[in-house]
Amino acid sequence: MSHPFKSVLLWLLPALLVVELVGCKPDADVVAMEEVPGTKVPGNFPAPQYGAEKNPPTRAAFELGRSLFYEPRLSRTGEVSCGSCHQQFVAFANAGHQLSHGVEDRLGTRNAPALQNLRWQQNFFWDGGAKNIELMPLAPITNPVEMDETLDNVLRKLNVDTGYQRRFAQVFGGSGPIDSYQFLRALAQFTAALTSSNSRYDHYSRQEAGGTFTAAEVRGLRVMRQKCGSCHAGELFTDESFRNNGLDRSFALDSGRAHITDSRLDVGRFKVPSLRNVALTAPYMHDGRFNTLSEVLDHYDHGMVESLTLDPQLRRPGQQPGISLSAQERQDLLAFLHTLTDEQFLRNPQLAER
Amino acid sequence: MEFDNVAGISDLQLNSATPYATASGDQLTVTTLRYYISNIKLKKADGTEWVQPESYYLVDEALPSSQKVSLPNIPIGDYTSITFTIGVDAARNVSGVQTGALAPSDMFWNWNTGYIYTKLEGRSAQSTSGAVIFHIGGFLEPNNTIRTVSPAMNNNIIQVREGRTPEVHLQADILKMFTGPNTIRFASLSNVMGGANAVLVADNQAAGMFTVDHVHGN
Repeated sequence: MSHPFKSVLLWLLPALLVVELVGCKPDADVVAMEEVPGTKVPGNFPAPQYGAEKNPPTRAAFELGRSLFYEPRLSRTGEVSCGSCHQQFVAFANAGHQLSHGVEDRLGTRNAPALQNLRWQQNFFWDGGAKNIELMPLAPITNPVEMDETLDNVLRKLNVDTGYQRRFAQVFGGSGPIDSYQFLRALAQFTAALTSSNSRYDHYSRQEAGGTFTAAEVRGLRVMRQKCGSCHAGELFTDESFRNNGLDRSFALDSGRAHITDSRLDVGRFKVPSLRNVALTAPYMHDGRFNTLSEVLDHYDHGMVESLTLDPQLRRPGQQPGISLSAQERQDLLAFLHTLTDEQFLRNPQLAER
Repeated sequence: MEFDNVAGISDLQLNSATPYATASGDQLTVTTLRYYISNIKLKKADGTEWVQPESYYLVDEALPSSQKVSLPNIPIGDYTSITFTIGVDAARNVSGVQTGALAPSDMFWNWNTGYIYTKLEGRSAQSTSGAVIFHIGGFLEPNNTIRTVSPAMNNNIIQVREGRTPEVHLQADILKMFTGPNTIRFASLSNVMGGANAVLVADNQAAGMFTVDHVHGN
């Protein structure tokens, strides 16, 4: 039990501080520090997996992470950065690319996913292979068709750059060389900051100014919750499960989740992606086979095929699998999906290359 | 603790001129041997236990200094049993970037993140490709390969005293990876990277790869 006098003091302290702050006028040369993006948990979001306390955001560390994200020297050839295939104006997906180009124009094997709200993800990639946001970048850095570089080489390059030496020392202290811990922690400061939570839908959900919906959008939201919401669940619009949504009869080229679990039950299952900013993240699916949202809805309505691991929720008794959508429902759904576009996120200068 | 890597009755040599023979008679030349030892515990006869905090070591046959592990600040007493994990506990597999022995290296899988607990690479005339690649790791069921062992002490007692540093000499017999509960023949299995086949090897490792050879009182 704490001493009563002490607890009174603790209560008084914030009040005194507030009085101080209100009482003083800031000096002309003191400019309010802009908050590091993604530091606060949005009111309509659940608790994150990777809360700010796990890697407390600071201005210098965030900006260092941003530099690393846009640093082409992370690739073997010095040509490909994270930002090459994850572009801010399309929610950090790769615009117009079914598959992305790595070093020497090598083609990737899966569609580059949008990078948003990563703090809330339990695992990463279409197959969930990366299990922690800090270690996630190791796969694209070392993948021969992506950046084709080794962690040791990346550190070597950073360690001969006086700018990085200075900035890492400023963030982590000490006089030793930049190490893998510092590099990956700094990069996570940026990737964890990519919070998209200010779409028109969010304002509607939080009942804020700017949150007005048309009748079609309201109907579309209802259709989404009713017909898509068991997978694209909650405010993040994904339940983070792995599912086979009837794209193919067999999955010889890419077994999806089974690549990680080695289980036949997981063949053809891929991570349910968020629907946030979905109007911008074309092309769609793990292999980018659909160019438009209309094609995606066609697939769900009448394009699915059977396979052993097809998600049971997609089975329709007596007919081919899918989710029946009337013309009106399609139209309303499309109207709703556009309310998930977050212009503030797409244009936030703090997240841009500089 | 000293980890003495052996192949049967021979001291292990990397790239040995003469191949070693497994219990099944397969030939094996080793080019790389590394393994994680973690969560070391010592127990007294009365059952009280000392658990080493932050107990993670990477033993590398190519790096003699890595084969000697010193455990500081053990309370004075007579310890009759030793327990450790071959590999890395599940928690540290998912806890984000680590430092020291657990810093990301080629003992870490990037595409399916997690540690490689034991890496044995080499050559065998029986392998169809000529290569032998055993990367044992994984922490999710059913392919969890974390194994915790308490090698028999054969009545040895580790007497920890003020100003005394007893030494426990362990032998790690790599040939035991291929025999025991599961017989591994390189003709049918020579390339393992996690998964169900890694479990077969991990079960063999748990069954008797590590033995206490002797204890020095010092």
